[in-house]
Parts: sequence; structure tokens; C-alpha cells
Amino acid sequence: MDDQSARQCVKAVRWIGGSAVVDVQGDVDLSRSSEFQQSLLVVMDQKPKRIVVNLAEVPYMDSSGVASLVKLLRRARRQEVVLRLAALTDRVRSIFEITRLDGVFDIHPTVEEALA
Amino acid sequence: MSPTSEDNPSREPPVVRVIDLVKRFSGRAVLDGVNLEVLPGETMVVMGPSGCGKSTLLRHMIGSMWPDAGRVDLFGRDLGEMSEAELDQARKRFGILFQSGALFNSMTVGENVALPLREHTNLDSDTIDIIVRIKLELVGLREALDRMPAEISGGMKKRAGLARAIALDPEILFYDEPSAGLDPVTSAEIDHLIMDLSHKLGVTSVVVTHEMDSAFRIADRMAMLDCGRMLKVASRQEFEDIRDGQVGKSPASDLIRQFLRGESEGPITARRLSSGYAEDILSVGGGEPTRSESNDA
Repeated sequence: MDDQSARQCVKAVRWIGGSAVVDVQGDVDLSRSSEFQQSLLVVMDQKPKRIVVNLAEVPYMDSSGVASLVKLLRRARRQEVVLRLAALTDRVRSIFEITRLDGVFDIHPTVEEALA
Repeated sequence: MSPTSEDNPSREPPVVRVIDLVKRFSGRAVLDGVNLEVLPGETMVVMGPSGCGKSTLLRHMIGSMWPDAGRVDLFGRDLGEMSEAELDQARKRFGILFQSGALFNSMTVGENVALPLREHTNLDSDTIDIIVRIKLELVGLREALDRMPAEISGGMKKRAGLARAIALDPEILFYDEPSAGLDPVTSAEIDHLIMDLSHKLGVTSVVVTHEMDSAFRIADRMAMLDCGRMLKVASRQEFEDIRDGQVGKSPASDLIRQFLRGESEGPITARRLSSGYAEDILSVGGGEPTRSESNDA
């Protein structure tokens, strides 16, 4: 295992007003997607109005990571929480495009725009 | 032909390396000292006349057949040196699309796609269900989730097979005749999928085919096998130049040109015509007629 797997998937959770900005770091793949999902569920349990998932430091996300976000989006809609993705790297953006999930998620170029 | 540094300007280590590979069936060499390197992210098309050894080469690359001499390295490791457990780990990193799609007829399309996820991961069924839908959407087949393989067309089976092949997000995809038996539109759709996976996700592809339209559409580099030997490995552009060029530059170029153009006359057919037919048919039975067997009585 590389150093990345030892690091926390969620680097920080910043609260700005009623919004939670979740800064994610490193690849989100089979070895970390479960932890990723659990961390985001913890944030959702704190009942924010909006969650912005900052993916600026995520070079790669595999299908299990994408599926974790889909599950989170399902729950967010049930709980009437706004979920936005921000600052996707080119490769991660391509994954959302090729799977046509860019039309399912609310995706923004920057965290600031996602908070606007 | 051995790969050279000119084939690999980026000098990234190859993900597949075939070195002096020899395979014999009943003493006859089906592969006779074959060399090939596949670089990360590229689409390598392996082509050649029927029976030239393409599928045998593919089987060696996926570790389902073992060489009589030479070796195949996958991800920098000799497949023949790997333990069964290491081989299993390596197999999770590549996907295979077989000619027929190779679906299990007793399972729905969705269950077929879920199979590698259930076998090789600890993901919960909800997550697997989402991934299956994503993969089926990617191949344009989400509506077939609950259908049985017997209820869908050949082209849909192939797309379902591709969805299953990419279920585990493989680094390499091996395709065995992906366009065979498909109508032109479905064939073009499969080609676009291969290109999307390569260009957008960086998946390395090895495609065995003799469908030339498809080959020229998807290839970054091409390899031409003939009678178990590697005749040429070069960029798509070089093969296009041979296809469109003049006859007579070299015997190898003439042979490649005939194959690429699909012409009925040329060195490939001349070789067949002159391959000992007279000796063969005149030796049937081994003997000459005696007077009592002849009809001149």
C-alpha cells in the first residue's frame, strides 16, 4: 500500500454559514470508498443546508467512489440537502462525463461558485 | 521484429511485453519468436490472416495459455513466474471482451455485469447495483438490466460483455474480434466506446481483429502477424502509408498491403496457391492404380 491509503480520505470539513465544504484528498478507489462514504454520511448527519464536495485534490476516482457519491446524492435528496461537487480534476471530470453522471450531479468549477 | 526505443518515445515501461514467444501445436509453431510491447494508454491492434496466431497470442497475454519458449510480462512481471494468487491479482487489473460476449445464460444482463464485483470485491449490494447501472449506461444498455442473454441481440450481448469487462475499472482491456458479426452501426458504436475508454480514462487496449475499418478507426499502433511471425509493428499512419502506397517496395509491404486492402490477388493468395497442392493431392492413398482398378477394361 502507498502512503495515500494511510491518509484520511477527507482532509477537512469547513463550515461556511449553513454549508459544509468537504475537502477530499487522494484517489478514491476500492480501498478507500467505504471510508469516503462514511465520512460524508457523518457530515450529512449534522444536517447542513448544503454540502460542497471539493475534489480538487482527487486525481482519480474509481466506480466504487462514484457509486458512493450516487448513494450520498440519493440520501441528500431524501433529506432535502443540496449536494454539489466542485473543482473536479480533468480525469475525474472525464469519469463523470463518460458515465453521463455530469447530468445527474450539480457540478461547479470552483468551491466558491458552488457556494454562491 | 523486436521492439525498439523508437516505438516508445515516452519511454514509459510497457504494460504488456511479449518476448521471443514460441507456441507449438502438434510440433507446428503457431507463434514463432513473437515480440510485442504495449504501452500505457495506447490502443494496439493486432491483425493478420485467419490462423496467423492472433488469438493464440491474446491467450498468452491473459495467462490462459503458456509458452513453449519465451515469456509474457504483464505490469512488469513475468506471468509464468507468478503464483496462482499473484495471477488472480493481476487478472483483476485487466478485462476481456470475448467474441460472443461470453455471458452466463442463466443470469440476467445485470447479474452478469455484477459477477466480477461480487467475486472480487467486498462492496455491498446497493453499491454494486449502482455500479452495474453506470456500466450499462456507459455501453448504452441500461434498459437491458433485467433481461436474459437469450432475449437480446448479438450486438447487445457484446456490449453487455464489455460492461462486464469494465466492471472492475481495469487498466487494460483485451478485445477478441470486437466487431465480428456486428452490423456497421453497432460496430462503430463499439469502436467509439473503445476510443472513449482509452482517451478519456487512459485504459490500455489490445484489440485482435481483422476488421480493417475498425482497426484503422481505433488504433494508435498496429501489429501485423503472419504465419506465426511478427511482420511489422508500427503506428497507424505507417500502416496507412503502406495501404495507400505502391506495390513492390518489399515483399513484406506487399503482403501487408494485400491484407489491408482485402484484395483477392497478391502474395497471401499466391502463397496459398503454391503451397504444395499438387504434391498433396497426388499423394492421397499413397499408391498408383493397378490394371484391375482402372476402368479401361
